[in-house]
Amino acid sequence: MIPEVSIQSLALSRGGRQLFSRLILKLSPGEAIALIGRNGAGKTSLLRAIAGLINPDEGEIAFGGVEPAEAREAIHLLGHLDGLKSSRTARDELAFWTGFGGGAPAAVEAAAARLELIPLLDLEVRRLSAGQRRRLALARLLAAPRPLWLLDEPLSPLDAEWRGRFGEIMGEHLATGGMILAAVHDPLPLATRTVEVGR
Amino acid sequence: MSRVSTLLARETALAWGKGGGPMVAVGFYAGVATLLPLAVGSEPERLAAIAPGAAWVALALAALLSLDRLFERDYEDGSLDLLTLSPVPLEIICAIKCLAQWLATGLPLALAAPVAAIALGASPQLSGLVVACALLGGLAFSFMGGIGAALSLGARRGGLLTAVIVLPLFVPPVIFGGGALASLEAGLPWSAGFALLGAYAAAAVALGPLAMAAACRNALS
Repeated sequence: MIPEVSIQSLALSRGGRQLFSRLILKLSPGEAIALIGRNGAGKTSLLRAIAGLINPDEGEIAFGGVEPAEAREAIHLLGHLDGLKSSRTARDELAFWTGFGGGAPAAVEAAAARLELIPLLDLEVRRLSAGQRRRLALARLLAAPRPLWLLDEPLSPLDAEWRGRFGEIMGEHLATGGMILAAVHDPLPLATRTVEVGR
Repeated sequence: MSRVSTLLARETALAWGKGGGPMVAVGFYAGVATLLPLAVGSEPERLAAIAPGAAWVALALAALLSLDRLFERDYEDGSLDLLTLSPVPLEIICAIKCLAQWLATGLPLALAAPVAAIALGASPQLSGLVVACALLGGLAFSFMGGIGAALSLGARRGGLLTAVIVLPLFVPPVIFGGGALASLEAGLPWSAGFALLGAYAAAAVALGPLAMAAACRNALS
């Protein structure tokens, strides 16, 4: 468990262009922060930097005394790309990411049921619609629980009903002390704060 | 199941099914072995003289076929991000991916190698050593080839770049393996070539994942 995420004076460049500098942000248990900003402002890069996939130019990302390498085990990253293999069945993919993420095998069915994926589990991922694929990716968050969710446009392929229902899932995660940092263009349900990136 | 065995099972299943898996590699190998007599002539003496070396070159080329997509698909679909975030070190993940690639293509190619060598005119007595050399050589091809696949991540025409990077790394196993087979056929001691091939394969397994992981981290950043 990581007690908080604290970002101090962060500066980040991509391809020789500075995206932002002097970014300060603190995320505490039970909080959901919506990252907003124009395209290319650095929202995705910020999420990837927190996940440890890219190194910032300056500044510090701290996890309340937990070592960054150890903190990675507490992070779920859901990017633009869903990390699913189109040739495998939804069940195989969910079972793999659950097992590899340290979740219990029984959590596969439970997570699939919560996202109403049971009838789709034996289909190849390539047969799923964009919204169904996103729900399958979101099921990973439930099947192998981790306290910090880094979400990049989590709602974009979802219809209005599922946007609302994902809001409920987020609410349950926050109620158990979870933290959510989401890059969004649309309003994020239950966001406690909004931070504009790139200014 | 541990995380490592879970990943190995998935990677082997993916490598086995990916674009025809072992059947494509073995089919390509058989194709090269068939083309060779058409190019150099079908006289048994001439073919027998080049059979061990030709079988090795065909093996190296067949191993190259599936290497370019070793990391590329994971990079393109976001899996590599998620694998990197796991508690399993990226070096181990790279090693598992290469091992799965070897299980799916290196192993079937090693079993097909004596058939191709005999068809080209090599003595059946070489079969045991052909299989052993192909197993070790295939391991070296997978782990050294993985370096090229990781270095070409995100590059346009990455498959061609992988081949350019990897082919020089394939030279030592081809020399050592081909040398061991030629020595045995000539009735000379062959163990030195085989031992060198084993040493090269061991070095590839030990050092390759370090280079692959560094190249993957660089591509992701």
